[in-house]
Amino acid sequence: MDVVFASRLQFGLTIAFHYLFPPLSIGLGIVLVLMEGAFLRTGNPLYQQMTRFWVRVFGLTFAIGVASGIVMEFQFGTNWAAYSRFVGDVFGSALAAEGVFAFFLESGFLALLLFGWDRVGPRMHFFATLMVCLGAHFSAVWIIVANSWMQTPAGFHVVGEGLARRAETTDFWAVVLNPSTIDRLTHTLLGAWQAGAFLVLSVSAWYLLHGRHVAFARGSFRIGLAVATFAVLGSIVTGDASARGVAHNQPAKLAAMEGVFATGAPAGLHLFGWVDEQAETVAGPEIPGLLSFLVSGHTDAPITGLRAFPETDWPPVNRVFQAFHAMVAIGFALLALVLAALVQLGRGKLFETRWLLWLFVFAVLGPQLANQLGWMTAEFGRQPWIVYGLMRTSDAVSPVVSGGDVWFSIGLFTVVYLMLFAMFLFLLDQKIRHGPLEEDLDVAVTGLARA
Amino acid sequence: MTVLDYNVLWYLVVGALFAGYAVLDGFDLGVGALHLFARTDEHRRLMLNSIGPVWDGNEVWLVVGGGALFAAFPNVYATVFSGFYLAMMLLLCALIFRAVAIEFRSKQPMRWWRQTWDVSFSVASVVASLLLGVALGNLVYGIPLDANGEYTGGLLGLLRPYPLLTGVTTVALFMMHGAIYLVLRTEGELHDVVRARVNDAIIFFVICYATTTMATLLYVPQMRVHIEQRPLLFVVPLATMLAIANIPREMHRERFGRAFLSSCFAVVGLWGLVGIGMFPALVNATDPSRSLTLVSSASSEGTLRTMTIIAAIGIPLVAAYTVSIYWIFRGKVRLGSMSY
Repeated sequence: MDVVFASRLQFGLTIAFHYLFPPLSIGLGIVLVLMEGAFLRTGNPLYQQMTRFWVRVFGLTFAIGVASGIVMEFQFGTNWAAYSRFVGDVFGSALAAEGVFAFFLESGFLALLLFGWDRVGPRMHFFATLMVCLGAHFSAVWIIVANSWMQTPAGFHVVGEGLARRAETTDFWAVVLNPSTIDRLTHTLLGAWQAGAFLVLSVSAWYLLHGRHVAFARGSFRIGLAVATFAVLGSIVTGDASARGVAHNQPAKLAAMEGVFATGAPAGLHLFGWVDEQAETVAGPEIPGLLSFLVSGHTDAPITGLRAFPETDWPPVNRVFQAFHAMVAIGFALLALVLAALVQLGRGKLFETRWLLWLFVFAVLGPQLANQLGWMTAEFGRQPWIVYGLMRTSDAVSPVVSGGDVWFSIGLFTVVYLMLFAMFLFLLDQKIRHGPLEEDLDVAVTGLARA
Repeated sequence: MTVLDYNVLWYLVVGALFAGYAVLDGFDLGVGALHLFARTDEHRRLMLNSIGPVWDGNEVWLVVGGGALFAAFPNVYATVFSGFYLAMMLLLCALIFRAVAIEFRSKQPMRWWRQTWDVSFSVASVVASLLLGVALGNLVYGIPLDANGEYTGGLLGLLRPYPLLTGVTTVALFMMHGAIYLVLRTEGELHDVVRARVNDAIIFFVICYATTTMATLLYVPQMRVHIEQRPLLFVVPLATMLAIANIPREMHRERFGRAFLSSCFAVVGLWGLVGIGMFPALVNATDPSRSLTLVSSASSEGTLRTMTIIAAIGIPLVAAYTVSIYWIFRGKVRLGSMSY
């Protein structure tokens, strides 16, 4: 038990830390493509200055993402050896594909993106930006494929007995396009776009409030706002599709997300609340029939409750409920913020509305929190299974690793990651204070004339 | 292809990925190990920037090698990484520290700041090389595995004389490899300083190489069986030795590119010798019947076939942009506004 708890804690801590950075890389990747694309199209040096500043921020987030990502690649083997033996045939392929298709692409072209300004022409540099952005997205594709297979396994059969028992792929495309892949991929990517866009919005708003780099900040804010609007609206659509998928594929998880114990109709939707897992009740305001309506389009459709499953197969209900509701609440708060900004932009007053800009300065935390909470919903909601319906998390750990070993490595990672995080904040703060460079407005630097 | 052909193919692919890692990140780790020998801040920055644009991509070879091992030989992935748990954790921390040190060192001008990261960079590079070498030595020498293929030896069980020797040899190999890379990529004062010291690195490596070769023949005799039975394979140790012997010759004639190629060849040759010696095992067990082989530890044929298609699409692309990046960043290192 101790090893299982410690291993879960370690995986949770290391993945939560790691997942602060890849969404920034994915989201900033899109922003960079738009900025540099605009530069190539218009030749406006402001876009060059914007691209170069955000490339420096991108380089920092990418470096920490890589450093913390190596741990993830090996942790399945170190801490989850029984799991690795059981799923290596299926799950390992997705990780290997990620390496071959995504990591090489990203890291190779990253060199050009960061260091290649005076070694290649602007068009080639833009190509490198595109490839890095594409690589970051490919990486998400294969990780979501791997994780979605753990949620809704498909395209495999189980062979062998006892310790030799393992899942083997029978249909690779069924593994890749398992029932939850598409919904979860689109939802995750849009969450990542929000993370990148809101970082741009936050820094730009801060410059505007302090009257610094005004032209730069306005330009960056507009591009950030465009990406954020698309991503926030899209997240609601894909989130709705994901939740309906969960209702269909993992009914116990949906029941936990909404705190539904008794199967019945019509099922109401709690706006927020507190789940008493002993009494099997939820305290909080409820809109009657809305859950039934959202899941199936009729207010009188039945929703399967947790009591339909043996209690040993229940996820931790309140934790899943809270994570899910907090994520949704943040999503709608961000929607309100974005809409307010669009209204003010339409009235031509956005950059003078100080209270709104201040909200944007702090809104950078919103997508980060929502991304973390979304993953908690997905992963806590899958418990007690590591592979839904196939293998329990408690059976998945490494038999030869002791609790003491894992606690030692948790200590090690805690120290290293705290240091890493402090450094990240310090350097990010420095880059922001330093601001965009005047010399980056000089088009001769990249030699647009050569293009 | 028959089932076994796919298994052999993946033995080679996984081997090639780790060989790519050893050749490419080998010089990064070597530059790291040599970092503290440089005396001035400018020299240290030049050394960092000689690997600046490429170290990240080079490390990817390790990550992809790990992923390929997971996909093709999940039992090896599970046994080795959980068995060598604490050593793996130290390796991961060393790799994180190295990345962070490269990234952060030049961001602040203070002396204490730069010295802290200089030491971190160098120690992390040496520790990572040593741990990789010790791990490899254990897999060659044989580790205690139970009937389920789980490692039963603990952390101290890894620190035996033969694996420690291969660990030191790996550090020496990477230091030589890194020193030659620096000579190739630098100019002026730093170039002269490193050049004057390259011979020390070569001699250190040759001593380790000779000792490890003797120790392997004496204490791990099963490593010579394949070459004994197929004399044609003797070409591999011979060519490796000639490549190593060629390094000082090319250095003397100032043909640094050729010296570096010889060094790359030496890394691949030594790795090839490990592969030939261990074949068809990926992990030698103390009880040979429990060794993890390319048959007993592999994924299903269908998965290996899918993976072959993935590799056939992906690896040419990887080769194309790896070569392009090295081509674009060829020539001598100079410090600019975007440098570390």
